[in-house]
Amino acid sequence: MAYEGMIAETITISGNKGESISAYVARPLGAGPFPGVVLIHHIPGWDEWYREATRKFAHHGYAAISHNLFHRAGEGRADDVAAKVRAEGGVPDAQAMGDTQGAVDWLRMQPWLNGKVGVIGTCSGGRQTFMFACQTKSINAAVELWGGRVVMSKEELNPKAPVSPIDLTKDLSCPLLGLFGNEDRAPTPEQVNQHEEELKKHGKQYEFHRYDGAGHGFFYYDRPVYRIEQALDGWKKVFAFFGKHLAA
Amino acid sequence: MCTTIVEIVKSAGAGKGEDGWFDLTTAVVSYDHPHHALLDEAITIDFMNDALGPNSRVAVELTLEAAKILSDALARAIAAAEIEESGRRRGT
Repeated sequence: MAYEGMIAETITISGNKGESISAYVARPLGAGPFPGVVLIHHIPGWDEWYREATRKFAHHGYAAISHNLFHRAGEGRADDVAAKVRAEGGVPDAQAMGDTQGAVDWLRMQPWLNGKVGVIGTCSGGRQTFMFACQTKSINAAVELWGGRVVMSKEELNPKAPVSPIDLTKDLSCPLLGLFGNEDRAPTPEQVNQHEEELKKHGKQYEFHRYDGAGHGFFYYDRPVYRIEQALDGWKKVFAFFGKHLAA
Repeated sequence: MCTTIVEIVKSAGAGKGEDGWFDLTTAVVSYDHPHHALLDEAITIDFMNDALGPNSRVAVELTLEAAKILSDALARAIAAAEIEESGRRRGT
């Protein structure tokens, strides 16, 4: 039997404007080299599901980091911290982008990285994954899982979210995988179509998969929205995509 | 769904959280993913104090129907309380 082991721990990294934020890292034991994955958590917070998803990537041979976008709201249980962030009106997109760049930069400083980094996020994290992939040239692949509010009306724009992410499409800097549920209302199937049309218009490398019988958050095995067949197929597509684009 | 249905209002009074009673400054009402209730979406209500840490929170996650019943009950109790208060001001 081949030896198997991983290390999973919280660390502190340099986030937006050099501010310290917390992060959770999981990677296989050994010298590597390992491909890197950054996980951008969702609105419900830097929670147990994201810890488990981070370890899942390590189990599959990746060095994974999930940074805490809600660090500045203080210490506490994930749901309480998420509620405090909601009461404060959410985090600014620019800050989330800076924090994510910090997580990528941290991975790129590690001796065991194979030189490739992918980013993945669900829900608001899916939206931020797409935005980040349009604003950086430091990653090799991006996976957007049911990113809500990629398509925003002018009325929805605000000082914390001043730009509709779809308007950044021309600057997408890496291959994109998108997974969506056809019963989702944010994004709606029509918004996913708009998103895809914009990618086509700019000649971007992407693959979108739409699942019948699934709505928002169909990977969340601890919620009623979980859809086992769609989720298992989705995970296969995620690992196939990262396997192709993050190999050394 | 990842909604943007959020109402943030001032609050006053006291709430009992995990560490005991604390003064309230803010109430947040939303319709979005619940953390605990086994619902796709819920009306969530959080009572908080902006100056305290995240754990100073009184939280509920309600079905839409339960939220309507609560809203009606609140409206009835407030209407009755205002009648009571106006009577007191008149000295009756």
